[in-house]
Amino acid sequence: MMNCKQATQLLSQAQDRKLTFIETSGVKLHTSMCKGCRNYGKQMKQLSDLSKRFLEPEPKSQPKP
Amino acid sequence: MIEPSLTVPEAHNWTQDEAFMSELRQQMLKFATLQLQDASLAEDAVQEAFIGALKNQQTFGRRSAFKTWVFAILKHKIIDVIRNNQRLVPSSLMQSDDDDQPDLEVWDQQFDGRGYWHLSERPTAWQQPSESASNDQFWEVFEACLEGLPGQYSRAYMMREFIGLSTDEICQQLETSVNSLNVLLYRARSKLRKCLQINWIDKGI
Repeated sequence: MMNCKQATQLLSQAQDRKLTFIETSGVKLHTSMCKGCRNYGKQMKQLSDLSKRFLEPEPKSQPKP
Repeated sequence: MIEPSLTVPEAHNWTQDEAFMSELRQQMLKFATLQLQDASLAEDAVQEAFIGALKNQQTFGRRSAFKTWVFAILKHKIIDVIRNNQRLVPSSLMQSDDDDQPDLEVWDQQFDGRGYWHLSERPTAWQQPSESASNDQFWEVFEACLEGLPGQYSRAYMMREFIGLSTDEICQQLETSVNSLNVLLYRARSKLRKCLQINWIDKGI
């Protein structure tokens, strides 16, 4: 079974290409048991979304209600 | 005459706002220089983007919408420069594919000897980071984290995530292998993730 180092590398690559069936299965098995890597995977996606928005700033923040 | 009350921001020609345009130009120059690693190429790209923006002037209700539009033009200019230029950086400055990264140990310190997360390094859940996106402070932290990336990581990351180049195109530009690029992106993302974790999420700002 893969370790966290391997899983996180694949989770990063998943942002750039489609993982193979074997890779996907391995990652899914690992993340089903490892919360750290589960979070890492989510955060890879969040980073990508945030980066896209970096050049699209919201209007200056409104004062809090 | 009674002016009708407006519930939406009045359409405004942002190109008339000198202070805004000056700041915008600086941001564009910074971004283009980071991507192209060449001051005069960056200047040209920014200049062309401005000309493109002024030629196709439209009025925007929100300043951020105008900024997005101008940056989109700049992104395309940068892509054109990258695709048309054969080499932007002398190859002597490029690391060869086979070089072992000297900081390999630093990156691997996140994991123990068996390749599992050290407890203190393990990513914790991020609650609603998209809410942060409307927070100026958050973007300052984000930008600082980006600037904390070593040059080659930052460049690869921005080409992939900001410009949206394919991995093949980036490999061609950086004259590197797919494997090396995977490593660059992995480290950039890991470092960025950790920086945001420490400086934003964990601080509960």
